Amino acid sequence: MSYKVNKEGYYGEFGGAFIPELMYPNIKELQDNYLRIINSKEFKEEFAHLLKDYVGRPSPLYYAERMSEHYNSKIYLKREDLNHTGAHKINNTVGQIILARALGKKRIIAETGAGQHGVATATVCALKGMPCVVYMGRVDVERQAPNVKKMRMLGAKVVTVDSGNKTLKDATNEAMRDWINHPEDTHYIIGSAVGPHPYPDMVTHFQSVISEEMRWQLMEQTGSELPTRVIACVGGGSNAAGAFYHFLDDTKVELIGVEAAGKGIHTKQSAATLAIGRPGVLHSARSYLMQTDDGQITEPYSISAGLDYPGIGPLHSHLYETGRAKYLAATDTEVLKAAFLLTRLEGIIPALESAHALAALDKIKMNPDDVNVVNISGRGDKDMETYLKYFDDEKYQTK
Amino acid sequence: MITNRINKLFQGDKKNILSVYFTAGYPKLDDTVPTIQGLEKHGVDLIEIGIPFSDPLADGPVIQGSSHIALQNGISVKCIFEQLKDIRKSVRIPLIVMGYLNPVISYGIEAFCKKCNEIGIDGMILPDLPLNEYNRSFKSFFEKYNLHNVLLITPETSEKRLHEIDDASTGFIYMVSTSSTTGAKKNVSDYSTEYFQRVNNMKLKNRRLIGFGISNHKTFDNACKYAQGAIIGSAFVKAVSQEGTLDEKIEKFVKSIK
Ligand SMILES: Cc1ncc(COP(=O)(O)O)c(C=O)c1O
Repeated sequence: MSYKVNKEGYYGEFGGAFIPELMYPNIKELQDNYLRIINSKEFKEEFAHLLKDYVGRPSPLYYAERMSEHYNSKIYLKREDLNHTGAHKINNTVGQIILARALGKKRIIAETGAGQHGVATATVCALKGMPCVVYMGRVDVERQAPNVKKMRMLGAKVVTVDSGNKTLKDATNEAMRDWINHPEDTHYIIGSAVGPHPYPDMVTHFQSVISEEMRWQLMEQTGSELPTRVIACVGGGSNAAGAFYHFLDDTKVELIGVEAAGKGIHTKQSAATLAIGRPGVLHSARSYLMQTDDGQITEPYSISAGLDYPGIGPLHSHLYETGRAKYLAATDTEVLKAAFLLTRLEGIIPALESAHALAALDKIKMNPDDVNVVNISGRGDKDMETYLKYFDDEKYQTK
Repeated sequence: MITNRINKLFQGDKKNILSVYFTAGYPKLDDTVPTIQGLEKHGVDLIEIGIPFSDPLADGPVIQGSSHIALQNGISVKCIFEQLKDIRKSVRIPLIVMGYLNPVISYGIEAFCKKCNEIGIDGMILPDLPLNEYNRSFKSFFEKYNLHNVLLITPETSEKRLHEIDDASTGFIYMVSTSSTTGAKKNVSDYSTEYFQRVNNMKLKNRRLIGFGISNHKTFDNACKYAQGAIIGSAFVKAVSQEGTLDEKIEKFVKSIK
């Protein structure tokens, strides 16, 4: 079984490039050049240098002693929250900005939900002195206000999107429309492992540094490169793709993705695409989608803006259908509890998105000798307002 | 060989072909059939029936808006097929459905094509269905059910790809005037004229209609100099959004163009 993308951009039955002719020249240019560029010596050197000295990699793999005691199993945290700008998103934007420059592009566009990808894009644009436009739904502009201010301070233009549900899906539509209207000089830095080929493969490649580091860090700390399982949250699926990538062929390693159940997968307010969706085409790729019987995309809901997306990257649809990875869903309540637990036991305030991965620890049967790696995709600074609303409530505290 | 009303329309040297796009179920749910009948009555040559989608990637604000309202009105693929079931009792000009891929896939590709054939639809325009994917999983059904697949070209389309698209086209080629989403205010500039001329000189085997940004008599006339005719979408959707009876609005609009 292969988990790699094929020449046409498919993972099994998922992926492809369902692009309007208007996007063809840009996508074709990327398809024809990305492998050559990212495998070149110059690219690799600059990417490695920026990840080390600018992003602050490698990110630590931390043995969480009190969490391990609490769960009676060994818990390791991969600390993507310690990266520059506070999440895994920067791994991808550093890679894509170098690529954009190698292609001679002069202008950068991006979409953002939680604002983490927007900030990470604005950051690398400041670093390289490139103009940057970030599309963000009005709902997210309001609930992630500190990140909007950061993007502006970094010099990006933030465009508020009022179409549709005014969240991540609509911001993505608007970014793609911008690209259609600027066919010559612009590169679109997509923020997750979604979109037309080659984006899912490219973003996964840049994020795969996460599992590359995990392997040698595990070797140092446990004497084996392989853990029992790896757990990561899934919105579009980039941090999970990066955390899974170098374990895909080691089928002994359990891979667990955690979607946002929102208020529950049996309610209308959920974003758990694999749990409640079926295959279709959105944002130019074939993958699982939340949709009506008529094939209209439905509006997702999650307490975390970064998981509030009605689709999922094609790699995950493939891993789901082949059974190589398992996907769980955590509700808002379970997520808040998990976030507060980590905060009290380890002194780490995780992003709401990452807390979905932590919430899975209550759903999995773990043995005392198991080595569980949880990817902490980002830090909770942006979510303080939400956390403060709930943390006095007994209901969310673990006794 | 796919042959139907579209081939007939383009036979010979017919010039100044006017094709109009409208959004099914807009402004009112039951306006679909009267709009088609009105457009034929007032002299339109070809109609594109827009199937609304929640996420119309290639469309600007006007068609985004009409799609949104049509969906709120309760339109769906099933409902459109129901509305259209007797359309060939009253309408003779070629009809094309235009929409995005997901509702088609959701209905079932073959079931969708079969239904179109039963109704008397002549072709489809699916902007997010590129040629390679069409060949991979759609072509056989289009052929089986006698539907033309209308492909798009843009000012950025390379000469090599133009020939590929020309070879794969059977009905006509949809020539997008500028690199933009629909309804853009960009003027049909000198740059477009250069592109119109360049493609005109290529002597492609398929006839062409020019679309995107065609909104009035002047832009229609100019487009007709370089192709067999032109396609109007956003400007018509705007026109039916005004006050008045549907028939009056259609009559006034078509007269203002031709
Ligand atoms: C901290 C964090 N984790 C996870 C995600 C979800 O994205 P993905 O599934 O691509 O990792 C986001 C998105 O904004 C995020 O900010």
